[in-house]
Amino acid sequence: MLSEVRTKDLVVNGKPVSSQAAVLSELLQEQEFGNVRVATAINGQFVAEAARSEATLKPGDRIEIVSARQGG
Amino acid sequence: MNIRDQAIHAGDQLVLYGVPLTSRVLLGTAAYPSPDVMAAAVRASQAQIVTVSLRREAAGGQVGERFLELIASLGARVLPNTAGCRSPRDAITTAQMARELFGTDWIKLEVIGNDDTLQPDVFGLVEAAEVLTKDGFKVFPYTTEDLSVAERLVRAGCQVIMPWASPIGTGRGIVNKTGLESLRGYFPGLPLIVDAGLGAPSHAALAMELGYDAVLLNTAVAKAVDPPAMALAFAEAVRAGRRGYEAGLMGERDMAVPSTPVAGTPFFDLDAKS
Repeated sequence: MLSEVRTKDLVVNGKPVSSQAAVLSELLQEQEFGNVRVATAINGQFVAEAARSEATLKPGDRIEIVSARQGG
Repeated sequence: MNIRDQAIHAGDQLVLYGVPLTSRVLLGTAAYPSPDVMAAAVRASQAQIVTVSLRREAAGGQVGERFLELIASLGARVLPNTAGCRSPRDAITTAQMARELFGTDWIKLEVIGNDDTLQPDVFGLVEAAEVLTKDGFKVFPYTTEDLSVAERLVRAGCQVIMPWASPIGTGRGIVNKTGLESLRGYFPGLPLIVDAGLGAPSHAALAMELGYDAVLLNTAVAKAVDPPAMALAFAEAVRAGRRGYEAGLMGERDMAVPSTPVAGTPFFDLDAKS
C-alpha cells in the first residue's frame, strides 16, 4: 500500500505555503529554487546547503530563502 | 600580528583583517538608478570593497544570480551586511547565510535599535560580535562613536570599528567631531572607518583629516544627480583628506596671527607712540 502523501502548512519567506516536501532540499525543488543560488534558514536557524537534505520540515515551520542583493 | 601592527601602512596601504588595500573608499551598491550606473560609480570610486546584502528571493527568481554576476564583474571584494536586523539572533543567522552565499567570512554587522534613527543597538551589536568572531567571522561593526562600546567590540575580537558620522541616509556629515576625535585618539593603531551619514565630499575629507582610515558611503553617491561623477569626487576628497592628515595639520588658534612678517612693515613702527 502506498503511503499517503501528507501536505503541511509552512511559512516560506513570510507567505503561507502548502507543501508535500519532507525536507528542506525537497521544498527548494518544489518551490522552483532548484537552479538558484540561495541561502536558507528554518525558524531563524541557519541551514547550510549540505544539511538541507537532512533538515526535516514540520507544520508551522518558518523558512527563509534568500539570495544576493544590493546593500549599503 | 596584533591589531595595532595591522594598521601600519606600507606606502599608503590600509590593512583590514590582513588584506592590504590601496583604496580608502568602501562603496555601497544600493539605491542607484540602474545596475549600470552602480557599476560605473564603483569603478569611478576605485573602491576595492563594496557592500551587499541578502533579501528574500522569489520562487524561480534570478535577481540574485544577476546581481552576483554583476558584482563579480567589478572585481571588488564584497562585504555583506546584516542591514535591517533588529536582534543579535537575526544578525547572526543573516551573517551565516551571507558567508555561504558570498563565500566570505567578512561581515558588516548591523543590529538596528531604533527605526527612526537607524541607531545601532550597541548591546545587541556586542553580543552578536562576540558570537560571530568565535565562529570565525571578520566583523566590521556599524556602531556609534561611543568609546566604551568600541572597547567592548575590540574585546569581542573586532579588528575594525565603523562609527557613524550621522544617521544612515541623512547626509548630515560628522555631527560629533569631538567624539570621533576621541575615538581616533584612543585607538591610534586600530583601523577606523566612518560609516553612514556622509553627504558631501567635504564630509569625507574631514573624516580623513581626523585620521580615520577610510569611509563607507552609499546614499551620497547613489542619490547624486550623476553618481559616477560624485563617486570620483568622493575618491578625490578622501585622497586629499588623507594627504592632509599625513602632512600634519596646523593647530587651531583663537586669535589671528599675521602670516606676512611684521618686522620691516613700511609706515609701521612697533615702538611708535601714538
